[in-house]
Amino acid sequence: MSAAGGVLGSGHEVPGGIWRGISFEDRMSTVEFRVGERAHITVDSDVCRSCTTKACVTACPANLFAPTSEGGILFNYEECFECGTCYMVCNHEGAITWTYPDGGQGVVFHQG
Amino acid sequence: MGKANMVPAASVSSDTPVFDAVVVGAGPAGSATALALARAGRSVVLVERGPFPGSKNVYGGVVYGRVLDDVVPEWWNEVPVERWVVRRSTMMMTGTQSVSVDYRSAAWGEAPYNGMTTVRSRFDNWLATKAVEAGAQLVTSTVATGLLRNAQGRIIGVRTDRDQGELRAKVVVACDGVNSFLAKEAGLMAPAQASHHTLGVKEVLDLPGHVIDERFGLRGDEGIDIEMLGCTRGIPGGGFLYTNSDTVSLGVVLSLTHLAEAKVRPEELIADLKNHPSIAPYLRGATLREYAAHLIPEGGYDTMPTMITDGMLVAGDAAAMTLAAGLWLEGVNFAIGSGLAAGRAVDRAIAAGDCSAKGLASYRSDLEGQFVLADHKRLRKAPHLVLSERIQQRYPGLICDLVDGMFTVTNPVPKQGGLRVTRSAAAKHGVKLRQLAADTVRALRVFG
Ligand SMILES: Cc1cc2nc3c(=O)[nH]c(=O)nc-3n(C[C@H](O)[C@H](O)[C@H](O)COP(=O)(O)OP(=O)(O)OC[C@H]3O[C@@H](n4cnc5c(N)ncnc54)[C@H](O)[C@@H]3O)c2cc1C
Ligand code: SF4
Ligand code: SF4
Repeated sequence: MSAAGGVLGSGHEVPGGIWRGISFEDRMSTVEFRVGERAHITVDSDVCRSCTTKACVTACPANLFAPTSEGGILFNYEECFECGTCYMVCNHEGAITWTYPDGGQGVVFHQG
Repeated sequence: MGKANMVPAASVSSDTPVFDAVVVGAGPAGSATALALARAGRSVVLVERGPFPGSKNVYGGVVYGRVLDDVVPEWWNEVPVERWVVRRSTMMMTGTQSVSVDYRSAAWGEAPYNGMTTVRSRFDNWLATKAVEAGAQLVTSTVATGLLRNAQGRIIGVRTDRDQGELRAKVVVACDGVNSFLAKEAGLMAPAQASHHTLGVKEVLDLPGHVIDERFGLRGDEGIDIEMLGCTRGIPGGGFLYTNSDTVSLGVVLSLTHLAEAKVRPEELIADLKNHPSIAPYLRGATLREYAAHLIPEGGYDTMPTMITDGMLVAGDAAAMTLAAGLWLEGVNFAIGSGLAAGRAVDRAIAAGDCSAKGLASYRSDLEGQFVLADHKRLRKAPHLVLSERIQQRYPGLICDLVDGMFTVTNPVPKQGGLRVTRSAAAKHGVKLRQLAADTVRALRVFG
């Protein structure tokens, strides 16, 4: 059998386009999150307003930092990898309060 | 797994007896520490914030298993392996080209093997089960929220997020991974710096085992490890591809500071890789099983924290022990090696009745006498060199053009000589032959 052959339907194989075609929502739907009641990370949007880098917006691998039209940040903790990227790239004291979710809650990786 | 030994955290109150040790984090470092202590007959509780060991952990990945010789004889007969790595390729690439150095070894496919692909939810669970079988108490779904200190300020245990969840111990071993809030709280580690960390993002892709075999030239339980340079749009870092039984792990590792500056989203760089002409044919038809992200302490020897204080040790990634020197990405073996050493040191300290920093000092000398700190010390300049601008942005393209210049047949124009090809490729990528020679010498010094 040719590796490229019939086993895996050729329907997926749109050159160049296929991989970028995955929506971020579909990407995140492959990850299990046991969402706790407590927001383990909070962002003070008032501090963010004076931030010129907005580094968190592109760097957060879960894409959880949404810039608002007033120059602040809208943040949702629910689908977070608990990686630590955001607090490390943020250089505004007090913008991010970062803790782990309570025991047993948060992301559960099965293929890590 | 070992449920009999799992204590419900609610029953652990401040009047519970003092443990010999409380180990925070059931990753490879923590489970190895707990195992060594339990085998020495010490009472040890192993606290893990995830619902099961491995549930919070992400790596590439390949585990280099020889360190397990100290854990189980003939471990290869029982470890949850995906594939044994028999082929290792280093690929230097531009957006449209690649040059690979491909190594294959029959010996790597036989016990005791060299490296194995395995998945953390299974591997970490396996190692934690070894500790539980030896007598350690594993408490999952529990966060160690801070250190307990006595009136004199000496560390005497940890607080957890359970009701009356204080755990007292003669020694705390912080194996809480890259963000180690315990090492920071103990004052052993400076606040985290982005410049000493890389972000790894990974996709695990479903692909039938026989398709993996055919596409990568493998059979049975053989696997391949591909490391890539030059695929991260100039952001210092690299890419990786590892074959598992019926999935492929593909990802990139990115300097945090440069990622933030570049304003590129990490998953875009994985998409680049998947569309690269040298990678795309391998993955045709593969579908996303799980997306994941995790930080790596990248700074090496010169950024390690103080690992010993009165009543506490730090091991594994919490002590920045990943060896991330470009072509090497090893952390699990270092975590296990340091965990076993931590366990031995705590056992000795308890036997001598001195759990102060002085009593625990054998931890450091033990690590220096074996690969854990010896490798790190020898390669201390490697992270800097491998993440340097020329290595990252210029050499992959230079090498590709060099090979292109030698192998592209330009009839009727006559072939150019090797030196000519080198000179023009170097010039195109803004590298002087003098620098090339100097960097070669530097690389020999760092890695040699
Ligand atoms: C993308 C990527 C690729 C990698 N590739 C490889 C590879 O191919 N080979 C290799 O050998 N290494 C690789 N590494 C490195 C390797 O993953 C780490 O070095 C290794 O996991 C370190 O083990 P550890 O036990 O020190 O920490 P971890 O594995 O991070 O374990 C820490 C544990 O502590 C728990 N924890 C943390 N805080 C608390 C708390 N307060 N209370 C309770 N529990 C807590 C966590 O849930 C976790 O289980 C890679 C890493 C990344 C990110
Ligand atoms: S969280 Fe930090 S980096 Fe992000 S916008 Fe706010 S201040 Fe800037
Ligand atoms: S911890 Fe990681 S995934 Fe969670 S918000 Fe911060 S950057 Fe995003």
